[in-house]
Amino acid sequence: MTLTAPDHALAASVPSPAASNLAELGLRESATFDRATIADIQRAAETGIYDIRGWGAKRKVPHFDDLLFLGASMSRYPLEGYREKCGTDVVLGDRYASKPLHLETPVTIAGMSFGALSANAKEALGRGASAVGTSTTTGDGGMTPEERGQSKHLVYQYLPSRYGMNPDDLRKADAIEVVLGQGAKPGGGGMLLGQKITERVAGMRTLPIGIDQRSACRHPDWTGPDDLEIKIAELREITDWEKPIYVKIGASRPYYDTALAVKSGADVVVLDGMQGGTAATQQVFIENVGIPTLAAIPQAVQALQELGMHRKVQLIVSGGIRTGADVAKAMALGADAVAIGTAALIALGDNSPRYAAEYARLGSAAGFYDDFQDGRDPAGISTQDPELSARLDPVTGGRRIANYLRVLTMEAQTIARACGKAHLHNLEPEDLVALTIESAAMARVPLAGTSWIPGVTGTGF
Amino acid sequence: MTTTIESIPAASAAATAPQVYDLKLDDVRTLNKAIHQATGGESFVVEHPGGKHSLAVGINAEIDVDINGHAGYYAAGMNQHGRITIHGNAGVGVAENMMSGTVHVKGDASQSAGATAHGGLLVIGGNASARCGISMKGVDIVVGGNIGHMSAFMAQAGRLVVCGDAGEALGDSIYEARIYVKGSVASLGADCIAKEMRPVHLAELAELLQAAGRDDDPADFTRYGSARTLYNFHVDNSSAY
Repeated sequence: MTLTAPDHALAASVPSPAASNLAELGLRESATFDRATIADIQRAAETGIYDIRGWGAKRKVPHFDDLLFLGASMSRYPLEGYREKCGTDVVLGDRYASKPLHLETPVTIAGMSFGALSANAKEALGRGASAVGTSTTTGDGGMTPEERGQSKHLVYQYLPSRYGMNPDDLRKADAIEVVLGQGAKPGGGGMLLGQKITERVAGMRTLPIGIDQRSACRHPDWTGPDDLEIKIAELREITDWEKPIYVKIGASRPYYDTALAVKSGADVVVLDGMQGGTAATQQVFIENVGIPTLAAIPQAVQALQELGMHRKVQLIVSGGIRTGADVAKAMALGADAVAIGTAALIALGDNSPRYAAEYARLGSAAGFYDDFQDGRDPAGISTQDPELSARLDPVTGGRRIANYLRVLTMEAQTIARACGKAHLHNLEPEDLVALTIESAAMARVPLAGTSWIPGVTGTGF
Repeated sequence: MTTTIESIPAASAAATAPQVYDLKLDDVRTLNKAIHQATGGESFVVEHPGGKHSLAVGINAEIDVDINGHAGYYAAGMNQHGRITIHGNAGVGVAENMMSGTVHVKGDASQSAGATAHGGLLVIGGNASARCGISMKGVDIVVGGNIGHMSAFMAQAGRLVVCGDAGEALGDSIYEARIYVKGSVASLGADCIAKEMRPVHLAELAELLQAAGRDDDPADFTRYGSARTLYNFHVDNSSAY
């Protein structure tokens, strides 16, 4: 959020004692009404409108950090780090599609729209993904030539708004992703505020320039899994059964949603947890709707296993993937691949301390900036302003994305080899333990040092 | 110039005889594959469609398709350049996301007819159900009978002509599309209002009616469109959402 001007001026003019001094003075902050909450209440009282922002959930939830790998020792043997092969490739969509995707790394780039992001940012993501042989994804604004041109594997999103949707781009795509929801806002439609609706963005979406664009949250021509099955069949017919068809769900009831997506004929299920990002959503929505990625994966995997479709319908997990350890943990829990969004933007320079002075001018700070809806991103990523966009060179940006994707892949391999796995897909829940009771229950792996999986192996140790 | 149901040349007399697909014998996949291989000028006849889904979807050439019977969901979906006639009723989402060409349903159409379509002309001889023209993005739709509730919801561009009555919440959250209704409107949705029929509107309506092969008098219609009060969020409008 951005502080409103009067408050900001006040905050700047009154020197506040450092946090340690506050404690020494005997001051106690309320856990219920902490400073962020106080600011939220006062902002609401001043403006009369809810706070809209970017990024995903900022609250602390059980996450991959709460899991650890059991490296090999006596009973399992590891692979040599620099000599023995650890495969990373993945085939997506071979259930029905005649042309499935074969990616060299299981780390893909999540759907983000041109409109939310600058054309340069989209191009950089395409360049980076192509350099390492993975896919990138369009968003709620259609396919741009920059993106198609620079992306070896491009997934075309089929969203409720259908902005820019057309059969030519559908045929140009390498896969089609039917979007039911996203982790930041399961049950919510897209939002792009007027300041980012430039002539080009408006033209691609068939909307007047400068209006607040609120996309539909439900698809206009189908409702529920029986209709979805018919819709998927239509998309297959239009593209002669060539393209893999993904179904993307925001994590809320992933067990049922995954089962219904499989029943509807999906080749791939994309599961986005609540830490997954957004370009603009009400804060109350981001923080209070949906479940953590960690809690969602085992439910989706269970649904796939019960249907005998695990590894046949591939599972792509997104929402809070930052490191190769996160990649490895998601895959050990049963994912076939992962997708990154927020982390990719950070790799491009989002929230870099380099822009500290400019973030301060916007009433934010490096590490806190989330006003993607305002279109004033100093890093030139979540903006349509030509001057700001020009700060991001797509070639350099593409190189940064490629570097980051390579690091994620190598880190995941490092862990997999330590666990004695010759392919990332051989990682399994048995390789994991949990640090907390909550994460043990959600991830369905034992609490470290015990054989206890809360909810699975009884209530005692 | 407005596309009319007669303006695309039918397969010339010199062209080969129509290719006939009998869906009692052939499957939909075979039909669509053949249609996708057409380069223009061909004509296709579909016998015994039996309400099957996704008939003649993804057309990308100036071809004629006659469907002799009822079609299921998404008939003529994403049509580009083709001229499709359904000699029967059409299921959900007929001509969804059409780009150009024409689709003519001789009977009634189910929900979401012409949903998100960007161009071309959709003519429905009978009634259309709920959500007719939902999220339309430039298509022209002419309905001979009535339309159901929530029609032209979030309609962005194009024209919707209704020669009968419209159901509840017509044009809810409409953007720049224009709606013409001859009969009654059960209720208008958020930000949709009746507007003055200026000569330019009478002229475009006459053209649309003519394109659809109808002889209704444009003067009998009322125009509806966006009041444009909800284009930018304002807290005073919160009760309208």
